[in-house]
Amino acid sequence: MTYAPGTRVRARADDPDHHTRVPRYVRGHVGEIVEPEGEWPLPDDRARGIVPPRVEPVYAVRFPARDLWGTGSHTVVVDLWESYLEEVAP
Amino acid sequence: MSHEELPVAARVRRLEERVIAAGLTTDDELDTLLDELLDGAAPVNGARIVARAWTDPAYREALLADGNAAAGELGFSTEGYRLRVVENTPDLHNVIVCTLCSCYPLSLLGPSPGWYKSFAYRSRVVREPRHVLAEFGFDLPDEVDIRVWDSSAETRYMVLPRRPEGDLTEEELVTRVSRKGLIGTAAV
Repeated sequence: MTYAPGTRVRARADDPDHHTRVPRYVRGHVGEIVEPEGEWPLPDDRARGIVPPRVEPVYAVRFPARDLWGTGSHTVVVDLWESYLEEVAP
Repeated sequence: MSHEELPVAARVRRLEERVIAAGLTTDDELDTLLDELLDGAAPVNGARIVARAWTDPAYREALLADGNAAAGELGFSTEGYRLRVVENTPDLHNVIVCTLCSCYPLSLLGPSPGWYKSFAYRSRVVREPRHVLAEFGFDLPDEVDIRVWDSSAETRYMVLPRRPEGDLTEEELVTRVSRKGLIGTAAV
């Protein structure tokens, strides 16, 4: 496990030309690791028929609604594979 | 219009015929898969888990720590996904969505309702959950925070609602839990 709960991470901003499971609304946004979810095959590889697919840790990452939408007091938790994330300097 | 007459049914059938023609599967294999997927899948399963958590503090703790193991303890299969149960408290309300498709713990909640798969629910609940809940007739007090869980990977979420008031037995509590309560679009 690379990212501990509480670590601040940024979701990848790029728009790959293949299948991915980074929802568009969190791309480029900074969130906080809530918890690890175990290791799972990367959908980007599976969709392209890459055998074997990379297997990576998945994390629940919490984003404040205000950052995502400019409004709202709630939070949104999105499940993201490790290579979808980069650590943000504290 | 019956389900079989819907345009999407014809599209699914054409897709099935192509994967069968390509030798990737067979009609029998598909039927078996679907039967196994839907066999016993119903919201009463989730309701039983919730009612047990309300009446047995040790089970509640185990459920919040490891959803799959706790569901298994009551005889429910959660194969192929990680089950994460999120607990409502007086200060925090949880809501489940899958913005990318319609992921959902089918074995515990039964086939998902049409609105759960709708573009409107998926796009709006992450943006304005309080309004969406109000449209379901569920007015959450302003001081309660909302956390929306977007099932974008291999975890399937289920909400543990707050226990209703009153001196109810576990069996009575089971009947109080609705599928909407398990998704978070109703109080219980």
